[in-house]
Amino acid sequence: MNLTLLMYLVPSLVMFGCGVYGFLTRKNMIAIMISLELMLNSVDINFVVFNRYLFPDQMDGMFFTLFAIGIAAAETALALAIIINVYRVARKVDINELTKLKF
Amino acid sequence: MESVGNLILYFVVALVIIVCSVLTVTTRQILRSATYLLFVLFATAVIYFQMDYAFLGAVQIAVYAGGIVVLFVFAILLTHQPGKDAHQVESSRRVLGAVAALLGVAVCGYGIFAYANFCKCNLEQLPADKVSIESIGHFLLSTDKFGYLLPFEAISVLLLACIIGGVVIARRR
Amino acid sequence: MPLSYTIAVIAIPLFMFFFLGLAGVKMDKKLTGWLGVIGMLITTILAYGVALTYFFGSDQGQIADGVRKAVVVFNPDWLSFTKTLVVRMGIMLDPIAAMMLIVITTVSMMVHLYSLGYMCDHHGHAEKGFQRYYAFLALFTFSMLGLVVATNLFQIFIFFEMVGVSSYLLIGFYYQSPAAVHASKKAFIVTRLADLFFLLGIMLLSFYTGTFDFDKLVFGANGANSLEVAQSAISTAGGATFLGCSVTAWALTFIFIGGAGKSAMYPLHIWLPDAMEGPTPVSALIHAATMVVAGVFLVARLFPLYVIEQGAMEIICVVGAFTAFYAAAIACVQSDIKRALAFSTVSQIAFMMTSLAVSSADSGLIEIHGGQGLGFMASMFHLFTHAMFKALLFLCAGAIIHAVHSNENSQMHGLHKYMPITSFAFLIGCLAIAGIPPFAGFWSKDEILVACYAKGMGWGIWMSMVAGMTAFYMFRIYFLIFHWRKHEVHTEHAPSDQPWTMTLPLIILATISIVAGFVPAHDLVTWDGKELHTQLNWTVAGSSVLIACIGIGLAYKMYFKENELPDKLQARFSGLWEAAYRRFYMDELYQFITHKVIFQSICKPIAKFDRGIIDGFFNMLASVTGQAAYGIRRLQNGSIQSYVYVYLVGALALAVITMVCVLI
Repeated sequence: MNLTLLMYLVPSLVMFGCGVYGFLTRKNMIAIMISLELMLNSVDINFVVFNRYLFPDQMDGMFFTLFAIGIAAAETALALAIIINVYRVARKVDINELTKLKF
Repeated sequence: MESVGNLILYFVVALVIIVCSVLTVTTRQILRSATYLLFVLFATAVIYFQMDYAFLGAVQIAVYAGGIVVLFVFAILLTHQPGKDAHQVESSRRVLGAVAALLGVAVCGYGIFAYANFCKCNLEQLPADKVSIESIGHFLLSTDKFGYLLPFEAISVLLLACIIGGVVIARRR
Repeated sequence: MPLSYTIAVIAIPLFMFFFLGLAGVKMDKKLTGWLGVIGMLITTILAYGVALTYFFGSDQGQIADGVRKAVVVFNPDWLSFTKTLVVRMGIMLDPIAAMMLIVITTVSMMVHLYSLGYMCDHHGHAEKGFQRYYAFLALFTFSMLGLVVATNLFQIFIFFEMVGVSSYLLIGFYYQSPAAVHASKKAFIVTRLADLFFLLGIMLLSFYTGTFDFDKLVFGANGANSLEVAQSAISTAGGATFLGCSVTAWALTFIFIGGAGKSAMYPLHIWLPDAMEGPTPVSALIHAATMVVAGVFLVARLFPLYVIEQGAMEIICVVGAFTAFYAAAIACVQSDIKRALAFSTVSQIAFMMTSLAVSSADSGLIEIHGGQGLGFMASMFHLFTHAMFKALLFLCAGAIIHAVHSNENSQMHGLHKYMPITSFAFLIGCLAIAGIPPFAGFWSKDEILVACYAKGMGWGIWMSMVAGMTAFYMFRIYFLIFHWRKHEVHTEHAPSDQPWTMTLPLIILATISIVAGFVPAHDLVTWDGKELHTQLNWTVAGSSVLIACIGIGLAYKMYFKENELPDKLQARFSGLWEAAYRRFYMDELYQFITHKVIFQSICKPIAKFDRGIIDGFFNMLASVTGQAAYGIRRLQNGSIQSYVYVYLVGALALAVITMVCVLI
């Protein structure tokens, strides 16, 4: 039995589906960020395995992943800073309760 | 024919990824959610090592597991109100979310399996010097074809902006 | 002085209105008042110069062949409706316009000066809105002057409206008092209703005669009123009739209704007594001397037309004679001094109207006095003298009200001791209006009575009786205010005569009231511009003086010393007294007609239709739009998760479509 490309895509797909589910259902903003990280991570896996299986003599997928990790880190840091700031003002982190700016 | 050790490793990793992903989005306590995320990220790092991208795996562990998850934990602890667990989301919302996610998985899964002929290929041996730290460094700072100097600089600016933004946001007015 | 200076006479008050109205707020109140007085003084001097030049000057070409011409100083086109129907704005001087210039500027000048003292409290501080008051006075003076020098009906109508507006603004000067606000609204609405008829009349007349201009309607080739011109103007209507009367008769009747509204003829008189809520100098200027005679002026202006259309003239005659009696009867029982004077004004204006109306009768007696037009001259003469002595009476009343802070004569009594100057001035005014020689009213009223007797014995006796009532009610007021019993001092300071700014106008007007009767009006103000040779008719004069003396004696008997007689009479004729006191229930009748009949049966259904059908349709449009917006509002709810959900569904749909396409 060989480890084919398909076998790596399946866990990635499941991870992405979980990310979507979490993003759509969770209320806590931090939990939403966690779901977002899941989706990003599954995309990273796809980049890497496609690169490795289909174009082994190039490294574009790997570099894409590298940059994606960097950007994800920056994005997460900022998002969490905003969330903590919002919490400081409104004392809550649930998005359906944060309706102060709504009409 | 793969080595049995490799196969076992793969199955363990796949199982961890699938189970922990599901637990991440279904557990009610957010701190556990972050912990399951950490497991998923570790498992991902193992996949990168399996692909022979040792540097990428190291980055994954250092940045994701070491940095982002710690940030998450900090944020959770800062915003967590004791005795107020995340309540159960209403079921209609859950059903809707599950339907959307499952639909997405079904469509993409069908796509993968229907066009799976290119997915059947096997792992080839990588030239050893190809993914060494030295060559990665050269690629990152070269301006030739497949050189990544420009994105490298761009992301450095992004990170700077992110630092400044973080300071501005976090500063007490 | 060139007659073209009339432009300055009109322009200065207009300038003063804008100047005082706009810049007055920033200025000291007293300074504003003095500026207004100075502006009015200049206007008065110019107006006197122009009028005296017109009457006595020889170098302006206004007299030709012994006929005093109407001089058009200035008459540019303003609006051209068709080639023939053009509205002009101009200035025209003829005997009555020149006389009105003198009347208006004299009374206005006196009121400007008097108000300096009247519009202050007892410490000499000017009241709130002092500048506004002077600006409105200037606006009124401008409008009234513009009215009398108008060259055409349309211009008269515009200035008619403007005097109405100034009257409204000045009646409602104390806009914080609900009574004043109601009075101003009432005056405005009633005169507006009348002006609607006026406008109808103007449109009818101009449509059938093809012109607005007086020099085509009434002025002949020699520049004076001409029956031939009026006849030809009416005949251009081509004998069109409506409901059995010629359209010109209808038009002239409508125009008279407009004038009756301004001049408070029965049954449109109801606004005038209420208009006394305004400051008393305003009542003296607008509601006694000038604006209320605008209707008389209007009929006098179109006099030849009315002479030709006898039907319209008969209506004026009947309305005038009835109003004179009706108002005099009410004036006999009023306890509010200003209301009594207001009804006296109504009665006197009715005298003028009647006099105008009877003057067209072609009886033998009038032939002796120089043909048609004695009544016209008498009416204009009475307008002149009445303006003077009625302004005097109102200003005296203002002084009394200023001193005792009440309009009710029960609060006055016995003021002769405290206010001797006012008392003498008031007495002169009363003698003048009662028609005792040699005061002004005697001469003019005598001419009116002669003209009435010329129309018919009945008319003459009726008007003589009203003249007797006039003497009675004026002296009733006088005795009740200044005698009757000792004055009870209510406030800490006893009433006294007033500062010189208020006393001086009283003295001037009292002097004019004494001597005005000697003005040779029959030489100057006649309808055809020719001198009217007349002499005193001793029969009529003697009898009218006798009737006036009877009236005065009766008033003396009843009201000089405190006694039981008035109360007894009141108890005896309580029904009649009550009816007269309540003004014969005219206000109640108006209330009934407007509220019960018009509002209930006409306006209510219209309002229902408006609210239900018209508003309902638009409300339905609005609510449909609102509901639709409310429905689609959910699409943009601000929840990022919903957006992602929709996005995801869309992306999946695209993926499915792509795959289906590839498979096929």
